[in-house]
Amino acid sequence: MKDFEYFVPKTVKEAISLLGKLKEDAKIIAGGQSMLVLMKQNMLTPENLVDIKGVTELDYMNYDKGKGLMIGSLTTHSTIEKSPIIKKQYPVLAEMEDNVAAVQTRNYGTIGGNVCHGEPAGDPSVVFIALNAKLKLVGGKGERVISSEDFYKDTLEVDLKPDEILTEIQVPPIPPNTGVAHEKLMFQKGDLGIVGAAASVTINPSSGVCEAACIALSNVASTPFRAKSAEKVLVGKVINDKVLEEAAEAMSADISPPSDVHGSEEYRKAMAKVFFKRAVTKALERAKAKS
Amino acid sequence: MKGEPKDLKFTVNGKTVELKVKPKALLLDVLRNDLKLTGTRTGCEVSACGACTVNLDGKAVRACSILALQANGHDVVTIEGVADGDKLHPIQQAMVDHGAIECGFCTSGMVLSARALLAENPKPTIEDIKKAIQGNLCADSGYVKYIEAIQMAAAKMRGGE
Repeated sequence: MKDFEYFVPKTVKEAISLLGKLKEDAKIIAGGQSMLVLMKQNMLTPENLVDIKGVTELDYMNYDKGKGLMIGSLTTHSTIEKSPIIKKQYPVLAEMEDNVAAVQTRNYGTIGGNVCHGEPAGDPSVVFIALNAKLKLVGGKGERVISSEDFYKDTLEVDLKPDEILTEIQVPPIPPNTGVAHEKLMFQKGDLGIVGAAASVTINPSSGVCEAACIALSNVASTPFRAKSAEKVLVGKVINDKVLEEAAEAMSADISPPSDVHGSEEYRKAMAKVFFKRAVTKALERAKAKS
Repeated sequence: MKGEPKDLKFTVNGKTVELKVKPKALLLDVLRNDLKLTGTRTGCEVSACGACTVNLDGKAVRACSILALQANGHDVVTIEGVADGDKLHPIQQAMVDHGAIECGFCTSGMVLSARALLAENPKPTIEDIKKAIQGNLCADSGYVKYIEAIQMAAAKMRGGE
């Protein structure tokens, strides 16, 4: 690992002013569970490291029936996984966390760090997109709130200015008659998914017609991938096997997944369809159970 | 100056430790090289094997994936701090009694993962135990004995021999 200068701000304000002074030469570290792996390989060699793990004001979760869930960016994966409120209101988040790496990693790694790492194979990103979550970014010029879908620019690249920090993930309440599910393909539990899919499906309780769908896939593109053409196929129809197959085909036509030691492009494309269908089917079952 | 050592003050196995470390030093390196606590193993060093597991503020974490300076002001327990003097911790004793230890390389990590589990959940199910040691790889594949030993330790710690 290359040497770096190390800073430990205690508050968001302090961190932002520090980042403003250091400009492009600084990198933020939180739990560092993904970042240190890159730094050890010298794939990432920051001049200055700003450690915000100790900024305790960003470690919180607040739930409000009307506004939804506000997750402070330094909340650990374990806290989310074990939270009774999450289990009750957003069970998909607890399910997703159960498959994120191992206990030790979840105990130290933070949800905000994971999102900002911009890993296209990451699980939280696709689930947050399916949940229509927003991200609050605070910087020297004030704060802005963007949709989580718009945050990802390229592999390991996100829309974060040099003096900005992700402070909060805002998850709206799950609408009525809606089911949400996450499925991923792993050789071993906790692996980074070879592919993954998160789906939110809303149905009309009397007709069973799909009224809204939001589906995102991991590790099939350079960023988390929103399957918009597949959503168009589903909305307005009663989802049956034929419709589901048609939607999976539409999704598959839009992706060109990476090819690596874990799977060829062709294999990923085939598995993306399988896991897309599994996630949508599970979300649909859950929507039906609620309505 | 870049890379210049900084002050680190934290608790290790109940004792306050103060030293200067380079910002890039990993917690694992400081425990093993500076503090000579070599019971914490250097395994894969990429957060995959769990051999370097220690307890940080009571929770299982990987010492290879945390900067030493991130432990500043925190409480770390390594395998050297688990026993009560010469008396083995019930988890250690159960592993010895049950023959759970084969080559022993993963054992310290297993003990620290189990210790964090039992502190939070005194009556874990087999599934709970499997989940707690999911991130601790055993090259001898001796998982069954470890799981049983942790169950035995849990029973003993609850007071029912």
